[in-house]
Amino acid sequence: MIENHMTIMLVVLPMLAAPLIALLPSKNLSWGLAILTATLQLYLAVNVLLDVQGGTAIHYELGGWAPPWGISYRLDSLNGLMALLVCLINFVCLLYAKASIEAEIPGRKLGLFYATWQLVVTGLLGIVLTGDIFNLFVFLEISSLSTYALIGMGRQRQALMAAFQYLLSGTLGASFFLIGVGLCYAATGTLNMQDLASQIGQSDQPMTLYSGFAFLFTGLLLKAAIYPLHAWLPNVYQFSPQAVSALLSATSTKVALYVVVRCLLDVFGVEFSLSRLFADLLLLAGSLAILFGSLRAIQQTDLKRLLAYSSIAQLGYSVVGLGLLTVTGLSGALVHLFNHGITKAALFMGAGMLALGPGTTLLTRLAGGTHRPWLLLLFLTGGLSLIGFPGTVGFISKWMLALAAIEQGHWWLLVVILLGSLLAILYVWKFIETLYFVPQNPPETSTGPVPGRGMWLACGLLCLAIVYFGLDTRFTLGVAMDAARQLLGVHP
Amino acid sequence: MSWLMWIMLTPLLTMALVWLLERWPNLREAASLAGGLSLFMLCLWGWRHELHLSNETLILAEPLPGLTLSLALEPLGLMFALMASSLWLVTTCYAIGYMRAHHEKQQTRFYSCFALAIASLMGLILAADLLTLFLFYELLTLSTYPLVTHSGDEQAKASGRRYLGLLMGTSISLLLPAILLVWYLSGSVSFVAGGLLADRLSPFWTGMLYLMFLLGIGKAALMPLHAWLPAAMVAPTPVSALLHAVAVVKAGVFSILKISLFIFGPVQLQQALVQEWLIWFPALTILLASFVAISKDNLKERLAYSTISQLSYIVLGVMLANQLGMLGASLHILMHGFAKISLFFAAGAILVTTHKTRVSELAGMGRRMPFTFVVFTLGSLSIIGLPLFGGMWSKWYLALGSIEARHWLLLAILMVSSLLNIYYLLIIPVQAFFSQSSQRSTVREAPWPCLLGMAAPSAICLLLFWMPEPFIRLIQSGLNLAFANTGG
Amino acid sequence: MSLLSIDHLYYWVIVILLMLGMYSMIAKPNLLKKLAGLSIFQSAIFLFYISLGKQTGGTAPIIAPGYDTYANPLPHVLMLTAIVVGVATVALGYALIIRIRDAYDSMEEDQIREQDDQA
Repeated sequence: MIENHMTIMLVVLPMLAAPLIALLPSKNLSWGLAILTATLQLYLAVNVLLDVQGGTAIHYELGGWAPPWGISYRLDSLNGLMALLVCLINFVCLLYAKASIEAEIPGRKLGLFYATWQLVVTGLLGIVLTGDIFNLFVFLEISSLSTYALIGMGRQRQALMAAFQYLLSGTLGASFFLIGVGLCYAATGTLNMQDLASQIGQSDQPMTLYSGFAFLFTGLLLKAAIYPLHAWLPNVYQFSPQAVSALLSATSTKVALYVVVRCLLDVFGVEFSLSRLFADLLLLAGSLAILFGSLRAIQQTDLKRLLAYSSIAQLGYSVVGLGLLTVTGLSGALVHLFNHGITKAALFMGAGMLALGPGTTLLTRLAGGTHRPWLLLLFLTGGLSLIGFPGTVGFISKWMLALAAIEQGHWWLLVVILLGSLLAILYVWKFIETLYFVPQNPPETSTGPVPGRGMWLACGLLCLAIVYFGLDTRFTLGVAMDAARQLLGVHP
Repeated sequence: MSWLMWIMLTPLLTMALVWLLERWPNLREAASLAGGLSLFMLCLWGWRHELHLSNETLILAEPLPGLTLSLALEPLGLMFALMASSLWLVTTCYAIGYMRAHHEKQQTRFYSCFALAIASLMGLILAADLLTLFLFYELLTLSTYPLVTHSGDEQAKASGRRYLGLLMGTSISLLLPAILLVWYLSGSVSFVAGGLLADRLSPFWTGMLYLMFLLGIGKAALMPLHAWLPAAMVAPTPVSALLHAVAVVKAGVFSILKISLFIFGPVQLQQALVQEWLIWFPALTILLASFVAISKDNLKERLAYSTISQLSYIVLGVMLANQLGMLGASLHILMHGFAKISLFFAAGAILVTTHKTRVSELAGMGRRMPFTFVVFTLGSLSIIGLPLFGGMWSKWYLALGSIEARHWLLLAILMVSSLLNIYYLLIIPVQAFFSQSSQRSTVREAPWPCLLGMAAPSAICLLLFWMPEPFIRLIQSGLNLAFANTGG
Repeated sequence: MSLLSIDHLYYWVIVILLMLGMYSMIAKPNLLKKLAGLSIFQSAIFLFYISLGKQTGGTAPIIAPGYDTYANPLPHVLMLTAIVVGVATVALGYALIIRIRDAYDSMEEDQIREQDDQA
């Protein structure tokens, strides 16, 4: 009984937990319930992913209504991997959040904070699991709305403006998506993704479909902060509460990019959507994102903003992999979503620990990290993974992407990928150097709260994951390969 | 547990011990010494039991199907490991005297990073495939970065940037894509006797790929990618001595040696005619670096340029792609290692007692520090390649190799460079002993651990002239493996 | 079937509304006007969906004798959800504007940016 409902439980659990958490009287109880939910979800996600390994898919019909009338959830390797990423990051970030967020948000708001957090997770998992494209829009808005609220809780007042601007562009993106859905519905008369996929080839209104396609992707690329639609991202990542930055950087853009992959390859299908022109556009946008993001990251003076621009660059790698349209490239892109997710979450957590004392992440005001060698090790692991150092997860994804570029004979793309790594050395070394050397006249030493045990545990787990999945990729890359093969219709 | 594992673990355990014993400096240094000694003993044990002929491969991890991280021992690696571990021991001994006399800060970090660098070096030596080589190559860069920037001032930071930027930049922009191409072409990155890529590439593309490796391995300090080595001289002298005369730079040329033997294969290299055009990279580096060395007044910088020049001897020998040339190159790794470390130790001893860094200030110092300058003389003579010193053998075989390749111009370059060596190295002790000092000072010899550390490598230089056969035999057995499958 | 035919009139109205809303979001420095623009933009989308369900001569989708053409109810249902989402978005936007006004004592984007640059 429970097994049958495992998929839906992933979404329902946090939804049910949210109001309870808001009502619980103490902040510790709220956090306890949140982490309990997260643990259960992580367990479910692993189980579900194990079930779909090897190319099977789980179908779940909501309320027993069969598609195309009812809403159905469909789980395969692709969204299994994404669900695992969301659950993993959610769990680790919650571990981290306890000590971190109490330093930033007054105690009476903490219950609401955790409740909103659960709603973000509900939305993200809903997006990942649903097989109905309008349902996807609803979850997109659930996660976005609660995200705006979380961002607005940041300590500095700029957080409010960041949240407001994200609200405008996020809603604009979602609305574009909605227009696209409407046009597709007008052309095909269905909202179920699989049904859509089978109708698209036979539709007699290709112009309507093309305009729907255009709206849909403009909206999604805006949500995923793909260059040049990335403008909202740096402020959001910089001014959010520390734990929220970590959560968002690892999940929200990744999930939006997942929707891009799903719609492009599954719903519209390779023949319809990826004419060479659109694929080349993706390659171009991805390459520009890599170069632009890295160059901007080098110029930054604030650690979190630097990491935000690096995120824009790293998303570019996934877009490039998608545009290559080969199993190697696509699996590289998918595994990069996961790999970069854990890397960036670890780095933002590190930034949050540094900010505990001085309350800022300006590079010039960070105390040397030499008296906290473990923190330095964390930044080194994460930074090396951004560069693509062997033995870290970043190496695996870049290896796959570079290999895919060579296979396709795109030599310029290989150059871009390597150039991205070179630029990454520059911006990574910018913060490593600041942290490594004791400053000549040290800024106010951290008299504030010291990082709690949960924070260390969370960072340690992520660092281990960065190295472990960099050395043993049977699981991550295996799932990504399965997903890529399914999406491209290639049989091993 | 296998011998390979112990070789990797010994320096790592040493690092952990050094870290734990931070509060007891004497115990901490004892741990460093014990680590060096046990690593050396392990290497000797391995030699005695002929593990280098055993073909044992240890797979550490397999990130992608077929793309493994694996370790194995082959004779050339054993030779390098023997040298590196013995010199680690000697350098630790020297460093104890040097660091204490110089009142350096952060000595725990120094010794632990030193051990980590040795661990990376051992990994690089034992690497059984390109990916492992690349991993440890990069780890070696990273673990030596704290050593180079040890003083932490602005100059050290700037040099650190140049060091890391050049080494990591070249390796990521050229070495990594080269490895990718090898993987793409052959579906493997393992070292194979006779060459993994043998008969898979046209001569022209072989040359291009070889060029990528050559420039991608920045640690070999081929011009124009040599600038990191003089920059690295801001490090404390023991670091310059072990890492930037022996471990790091030799790791670079050793990588080139291994890639030439086991990825391309000598036959492929000969067909690609690398000795016709690519060989001018090392040949010109030998000459140019010698000229630059003459112009440098800072003693350590002069030694750095001398190292750059000497490294290219090795690359040149490798590129001759015949047995004699390769033998000369491998021997030169050994001979130059012992000689150059003597020179650096002497330079460090001068620095620590007189705080003088310039060659022009050393006139007349020989009479106050006779021991130091005798060591310096011995090292110089060995580098020049005079008989009675080990350095003669490597030059001998290199010359034979270029004769076999009928490359008379290279032979001439080798000879001219030896003359230049005499000029820029030997002039230092000559001036120190025979010219009058302008100022009076009460300088005495360096502390005794320094002297002990200095005595060992220069004695070995002498010893190696009389008994090079064990090493020649070791190298021959390695080369035989590599040449056997090619019939060459 | 020309693009300018009367059949497409409502599309033109929707497009104009979308443009108006977007213009206001981008060009007006006042945060309230931005939010109003967003609201207009969303309303235009609701209209668009509702127009999709329209059948010429159709009636409300209630089965009754004498009627055989019905409007498609599904887009209407979808819009019920979307309106709820829209209300929540605008409400959250207003809440943020109130807090921004507390923090900056202004609702004009250029003035707020000035204050941030000074800090």
